[in-house]
Formats: sequence, C-alpha cells, structure tokens
Amino acid sequence: MSLIDSISLPRSFRLPRLDGLVQWIVPIAIIALWQVASVTGVVPVRVLPAPSDVALAGWKLLLSGELVRNIWVSFWRASIGFLIGGSIGFAFGLANGLSQLSAKLTDTTLQMVRNVPHLALIPLVILWFGIDESAKLFLVALGVFFPIYLNTLHGIRTVDPQLIEMGRIYGMSDGELFRRVIFPGALPSIFVGIRFALGIMWLTLIVAETIAASSGLGYMAMQAREFMLIDVVVLSILIYALLGKLADSTSRVLERATLSWHPAFQKR
Amino acid sequence: MQTALRTSLPEIEPAGRANFVPHARVAREERPVHVSGLPLGIRGLRKSFGDNEVLRGIDLHIPAGQFVAIVGKSGCGKSTLLRLVAGLEKIDAGSISLGDEVQAEDIRVMFQEPRLLPWARVLSNVEVGLGRDRASDDAHARAEEALTEVGLADKRDQWPSVLSGGQKQRVALARALVSRPRVLAFDEPLGALDALTRISMQRLLERVWRDQGFTAILVTHDVSEAVALADRVLVIEEGRIAHDVLVNAARPRARGSVELTGLEGSILSHLLSADDRT
Repeated sequence: MSLIDSISLPRSFRLPRLDGLVQWIVPIAIIALWQVASVTGVVPVRVLPAPSDVALAGWKLLLSGELVRNIWVSFWRASIGFLIGGSIGFAFGLANGLSQLSAKLTDTTLQMVRNVPHLALIPLVILWFGIDESAKLFLVALGVFFPIYLNTLHGIRTVDPQLIEMGRIYGMSDGELFRRVIFPGALPSIFVGIRFALGIMWLTLIVAETIAASSGLGYMAMQAREFMLIDVVVLSILIYALLGKLADSTSRVLERATLSWHPAFQKR
Repeated sequence: MQTALRTSLPEIEPAGRANFVPHARVAREERPVHVSGLPLGIRGLRKSFGDNEVLRGIDLHIPAGQFVAIVGKSGCGKSTLLRLVAGLEKIDAGSISLGDEVQAEDIRVMFQEPRLLPWARVLSNVEVGLGRDRASDDAHARAEEALTEVGLADKRDQWPSVLSGGQKQRVALARALVSRPRVLAFDEPLGALDALTRISMQRLLERVWRDQGFTAILVTHDVSEAVALADRVLVIEEGRIAHDVLVNAARPRARGSVELTGLEGSILSHLLSADDRT
C-alpha cells in the first residue's frame, strides 16, 4: 500500500496539468476551424463573424469599460440570486430531510410549485417588480431553489441508517450526529444539486436579462441585436460559455476538496 | 472445506504470549487474565415485533468475563436478544441487569457490517468509539493504542474505502475496544469475511478477550466458530434457550480437535433435529 502511495504521488502532480491541456484541445480546434472557414468565405461574415472579429469587438468593449461593467452586473445578479435561492433550498432540504412534520407540511406544496416552469413567471414577475434588480434576483433564486432543495433532501434521506444507528450507539448527540454522519453523508448529493443549480442560474439570468433589463450580458446581447452588431452577439454567447465553465470548475474544486474520502475522487 | 482448512493451518500463539499463559491449564482457569467484564442477568425477557413473538421468556445468567456464543437458525431471535442486551431495542417484559454503575461506554456492539464513516480517516473512526471522551486530550493516543491492538497502526491516516473487508472489521473492533468496554456484543461480526480472514479474526477476538477480560456475547450461525471461541454455547429455538452447553476445551484451542468437532456435531444435530420437527 505504501509503495503504491509513493508512486501515485508524483503522478497526481502530472495528471491535472495534462488533463488541463487535453480538455481545451476541442474548443481551440473549433475556433481555429471557424477562423479558417470565415477567412476563406465558407461561412459568410454576416452569418457568423470570424473569431478575430469577435475578439476585436471584445477588445473595444473592454476598453470602453462596458464589457467589464456588464459582466460584473450579471455576475453579481447570478451570485446573489444563487445565494438566496440556494440557502432557502438548502434550509428546506435540511428541515424536510430531518423532520417528518416539516416534510408533511411543505413537501407537497413545493412539489407542485416545482412543476411550474419558473421562466413562465416572467410576465408576472415584471408586473410585480418591474425591470428592477429584484425581478432578476427573484427568478434566479426561484430557479436555483429546486435543484438544491431536492438534492439536499435526497442526500439526507439516503444517509445509511446503519451509520446513524452506529452514531447513536456511540453516544453522539443530535448536533454531533448531524455534523459527523448526516451532513457528510448528504454532501455528494448536495453537490449534484449545486451543479444543476449553477446551470439553471445562468439560463434564468440570461433569459431574464434578455427580456427585461437595462444592464448585464443579456442586455448587451439584445442591444447588439438591435444595432445588427453580430460580433457582439457572438461575443456574449462565448462569454456565457466561459462563465458557465468557470462556475462548473469552481464547484468541482469544492467537490474535490470536501469529498476526498469518496472513492470516485481518489483516483486523480 | 472449512474442516480441511482448519486442520492444515498450524496453530500459532501470538508473539509474546507464550510465557504469559501457563502450559498445563485446566478448564476452570480458562478465564481471561484479569476480568473487567460485567455479569449479565436476564429474567423473563420477552420481545415481540407486531404479532410475531420473537423472544418468549429468556432466563440467563452470564458470569463476568465469560465468552458466550449464541447460535440458532435465522429468525430464532438470537440477534434480537443481542440487540436488547445492547439497548438497541426496547424490552417488552422481563429485565436485563448489568450490575450497578453501568455506563454507555461499558457496552459496545460490533455488527456484521463494519459501519465505518467513509468520510473519516481510520483514526478518527476509532475515536468515535470513545463516546463522551471523544473531545479529551488523550483521544488520539487511546485510538492509536486500540489500532495497534488490532494490528492496523500503519493505516491510521487511510480512508476506510481503501481497506479490505477484514481490515475494516478490525477497525470496527478497535472502535469497539477503545472505550475499554466491559460487555462486548458481536452480531455475526465475521459473517461477511472469507474463510482465512475469518480464522485470523477469530484468533484476534480471542486474544483481545483474554487480554481485556470483558464479557463477550457472540451471535453466530457458524457452530464451529461458536465452539472454537466460546466458554459456553447457547442454542436458541423459537424464542427460548433450548440448550446451554459448556465448552471446557483448553485454550488456545486446536481447531478441528476431536473434542471440539464432537461438540460441534452434537450442537448441529440439535439444530437439525429441531428443523425436522417443524
């Protein structure tokens, strides 16, 4: 065992770097192909501008400060909405996972609300909040709530009852049982919820900003469409992709840091 | 198959014990070196689950430090008896007394599954066994001592998922031992292990029992395991103690000896004849 450990240690330093390169091969190849197709005229510039043009548009917007401002606004909305919706979802997940009474009281209601597509509420939300910040935050929070609620609940419900019995035999108090057994046991499932929620977070925010906003990435894309600035539209879409990737990577880093005990995270 | 295995394996005394145990010993002196265990008294114990009466009046006295094995067909109530002794189920009628001043840390249970926390390293899993003393300064030292006792000191910083089945069960044993329990209840602790690992675990159980002198209650379906380890074998049939057999063979016991095999055969025939009657 100690021999295997000593071998795998240097390898674990090399692998992530190699992995880091491998995962970017396909996106870079696509961009290169796209550039070639644009320059040779296979893809008309009116349909899809060349990556170089998109980069140029990005550079101009960066210099004017507009890009950073819009990204920042969207990022802020996404994070605050995520925190609000995520905390409420987590709290309900905990309460309904730990208490039968709470589950009986609220679960049916929540399941009904869950089946309403939250984007269908946009007209109502605009009537309620106008095109204010609160409208976007409300929608993001609502979208993020359900995956986190469901997965937290599932995680807590599926903690091995034999481990809970073991904890009780060894004299753990309720708090200790939660901290040492139930929460760590539910954590893998909670992370699944977080990663789902991050996807929904961007989707909701961009749709909301496209329909009703005066700042943010979605607004920037809609404005560009009005003025036929196709390079800015494509730029916005690429930024969504990058931000989504960033959010996913962050949750992965957190996952690895907290789930290092899990066999699935020990191989790398 | 098991008989063949048993006879082909030489009996090895754990190192360092050879001088400790006198050679010519009589059955009466087969007690642990020092007895720390609690005596166990059970009177008129009954337990039902719904309409199903599992235990129908158990009367039993176990002297301090005795190693008792409980055998019986599945569903005979042997595990229920153990769970009642360990306080995992509520008693319907009757009483279980474990002497005065008994504390939660005095009684420990080992299950068929190791029940280790997968997100805690081996050492902290053992520390769980300290109960209320978990937060004390010497928790680490005591847990390490218990790990050394089961021969896994070098695994202290591993995750349980990298251990083999037998190693996990040894960690579970260390966790049960770390609070120096006075009654240790085993619910088929070796049931999921392969034949060779079983034998080495049986030796380990016997050794720690002799070192520490707790009262041991072993529930098993394996009669040969019961006669190899126990001072006394109880056969439970239909919720009652049907037979109470003393095993006087000297320790360390030569597995597969005529004496043990004969005893095993007679207990098995009891169990099988009960099967024929039903």
